[in-house]
This record gives sequence, structure tokens and C-alpha cells, in this order.
Amino acid sequence: MLQKLYDWVDERVDITPLWRDIADHEVPEHVNPAHHFSAFVYCFGGLTFFVTVIQILSGMFLTMYYVPDIENAWRSVYYLQTEVAHGQIVRGMHHWGASVVIVMLFLHTLRVFFQGAYKKPRELNWMVGVLLFFIMLGLGLTGYLLPWDNKAYFATQVTLEIAEKVPFIGEATKTLLAGDPNIVGAQTLTRFFAIHVFFLPAALFALMAVHFILIRKQGISGPL
Amino acid sequence: MSEKRQQVSRRQFLNYTLTGVGGFMAAGMLAPMVRFAIDPALQASSTGEFKAVEDVENITEEPTRVDWEIDQVDAWYESTVTKTAWVYKDENGDIVALSPICKHLGCMVTWAGNDDYPDQFYCPCHDGRYYKSGENVPNTPPPEGLDYYEYKIEDGTLLLGPTKPRGEA
Ligand code: HEM
Ligand code: FES
Repeated sequence: MLQKLYDWVDERVDITPLWRDIADHEVPEHVNPAHHFSAFVYCFGGLTFFVTVIQILSGMFLTMYYVPDIENAWRSVYYLQTEVAHGQIVRGMHHWGASVVIVMLFLHTLRVFFQGAYKKPRELNWMVGVLLFFIMLGLGLTGYLLPWDNKAYFATQVTLEIAEKVPFIGEATKTLLAGDPNIVGAQTLTRFFAIHVFFLPAALFALMAVHFILIRKQGISGPL
Repeated sequence: MSEKRQQVSRRQFLNYTLTGVGGFMAAGMLAPMVRFAIDPALQASSTGEFKAVEDVENITEEPTRVDWEIDQVDAWYESTVTKTAWVYKDENGDIVALSPICKHLGCMVTWAGNDDYPDQFYCPCHDGRYYKSGENVPNTPPPEGLDYYEYKIEDGTLLLGPTKPRGEA
């Protein structure tokens, strides 16, 4: 049945080369943990991607209940966590995943660093990776405000004051982020929400695409 | 190796195990999220309580609009919303309480809402009409008659509860 469906489409649009190009290539021996167990360090990139997928999916589902409004944000999170079936699990995935993804990203970066995998010709991908790291920190930072509880509020207060300390552009940056020169409130929450669910994920997807295209093009770095 | 022992090739075995493990992980990830998303469809809807709306002696044979307020809990948002009924006594003196919600596409009907039909309920959205009994007038858009409110009478006061479609009345 599935095979027939596949053949039907393939016969007309020839999709086999498309997915073969993405999925069908040999894993070199030196990155295969079945050959050398220490090769598990090559898994961290994939694990980062895996957790990122969890973040995106759980985030999309959380947005079905969450409202970015100071009157209702906390109540909507409380409601989805206590009243909606599996709310605690879905929020838990997003909450813990946000930390796990940073850990994975860090381990992946360490592997690349200590293996010198960033060296020519892969310098560009290192830079893309650094940008990805910043995007991820940004997602964690903006997401942290969204539950609009005390921890979220004061963490954001602190963040904004740090931003304000930047020479010359600090105050403008703070106002742009908070939406108001003095208040951390309604406009801060809507801005952080927009950044968290639209702007940064868009940047994340674009950079991940570049990251993976470069890997495919250059191949994985050779054995040590 | 003989032909017989080749029934499952190494490639097939790996394909099956990878698909199985991958499917298991995807299912474990998606199951809570899907259950989370469909929760509203599975939550028992609150059966409305009965609320006092009018003294029975004030009710005449002329359909009259009564409004009352109920507390509504909409997830994290609580508010009072106004409910409306058209109430009258039929020829036997029994109470009839009709829902104002048009059975065509949900607009609000009004008794004598159109001067051309002073003894019918009228819906302005697509000219739907109902007789005094609530039955829909044939050849107007509504496919069935107006819903009834369930009612109780306590100490001479009319209490209205949830609505019921005609089919079940
Ligand atoms: C890799 C990407 C992401 C990271 C690291 C991340 C991080 C976070 C963090 C740290 C929180 C606070 C959670 C808590 O305190 O419980 C949060 C909340 C939230 N995130 Fe994300 N997020 C990511 C992607 C997304 C995406 C793609 C969406 C939506 C499309 C999203 C939607 C939300 C929503 C609605 C909340 C508020 C609900 C809550 O606090 O539990 N997130 N995020
Ligand atoms: S909604 Fe009443 S006639 Fe269409």
C-alpha cells in the first residue's frame, strides 16, 4: 500500500534522488560508535537537533493555550499545567528541554573544538554554529519571561538592566526590548513572545539549514 | 549461508529495528502533545445550573424576552454572561421557554421582529421565521424549531436551565 503510493509519486516526480541525496550516504568508520565507542561524541550534534525538534513541537502545542497578556499569561500557564490532560508533561518537555538543548549544544561545541574540526575549510560552519548558540540563548532568555511569575519577572528585570549597561546604545536597546523606557509590563511580554515564537525560530531554521547544507557539502572532518 | 537462513537480511533487520525504535520515540514524544491538544474535545461540558429568571405570575401568553446572568468559567477566564429566553404561557397555562438562537446558523431571533409577521419569531440574518410554538416556518432557512429551555417552578418563580433540541424534548 505505502509502497504503491510511493511508486505512484516517484514515477511522476522522481523523488528517489531527492531523499537519497539527503539520507543515503555512508557513515565513515571513525564516527561510528559501533566501531570505536569513543565516537559517541559525534552524536551530540544530532542530539542537539533532536532536542530542538522537541522544543519546537512542544512550543507549538503550548501556544494553543498560552496567552501573552499580563492579566492572563500566568493563569493560562497554570491552567494548562493543572487542568489540561498531560499539560504537565508538555510544559515539562519544553521547560527541561530548554536546558538540555543548551547542554547538548555545549557538548557538541566542545567536540568540534577539541577535535579541531573547525579548521579550514570548516571555519564558516563554526561561525554559523556560534550564531546558532546565540539564537538558542536568546530563545531561552525570551521564553523564560513568558510564564509571567516572579522568577520570570525579575530574571527579565535583571536582563534588561544588563542590556542597559552597554555603552552608548544600552538605554535604547533596553527600551526596544522592554517596549517602554521604565515599565517591564504589557509591551515587554508581547515583544518577548513575538521574539520567542516567531523571530528567533525563523532565524534558527535559516541557520540550521545553512549549518546542515555546509556539513553535507564539506563532509564530516576526518579521523584524528 | 544457505538460502533458508537468509530470510531476514542484515539490512532488513537493521531497517526494522531502526524504524521500530524511531517510531517508538516519535510516538512517545507526540502522544502527550496530541492528548494535550485534543483535551477540549474530551472535557465534559459543564451542565448549566438552573437560575431564577422571572415570577411566574408576570408571564403572559405573549412571548416576552427575559435576560439573566450566569457565571461562566472559560478556562482561565471567568466572567458573567447574559443569557436570553423567550417565555410565555401556552393555551393550557404551561410555561414555554424558547432559546433565541436561530437553528439556521445561530443568529438571535426576536418575537415580532418583523412588522410583516407580528405573530412569529423572526431572524434578521437570512429571514428565518418560527411560529409562536417555536416550530420553524416551512420554506424559510431554519431546518428545525427553536430549542427549549428546561425549566422548574419553585415558590412561584421560574427557573431556567440548559437548553434541549426539539428532537429530544
Ligand atoms: C530551541 C528552541 C526553544 C527554547 C530553547 C525555548 C525555551 C523556553 C523557555 C526557557 C521557556 C520558559 C519555560 C518555563 O519556565 O516553564 C519557554 C516558554 C515558552 N515557549 Fe519556548 N523555547 C524554544 C522554542 C519555542 C518555539 C518554537 C515555540 C512556539 C512556536 C515556543 C513557545 C513557548 C511558549 C508558548 C512558552 C510559554 C509556556 C511556558 O512557560 O511553559 N518555544 N521556552
Ligand atoms: S441564521 Fe437565522 S436565518 Fe440564517
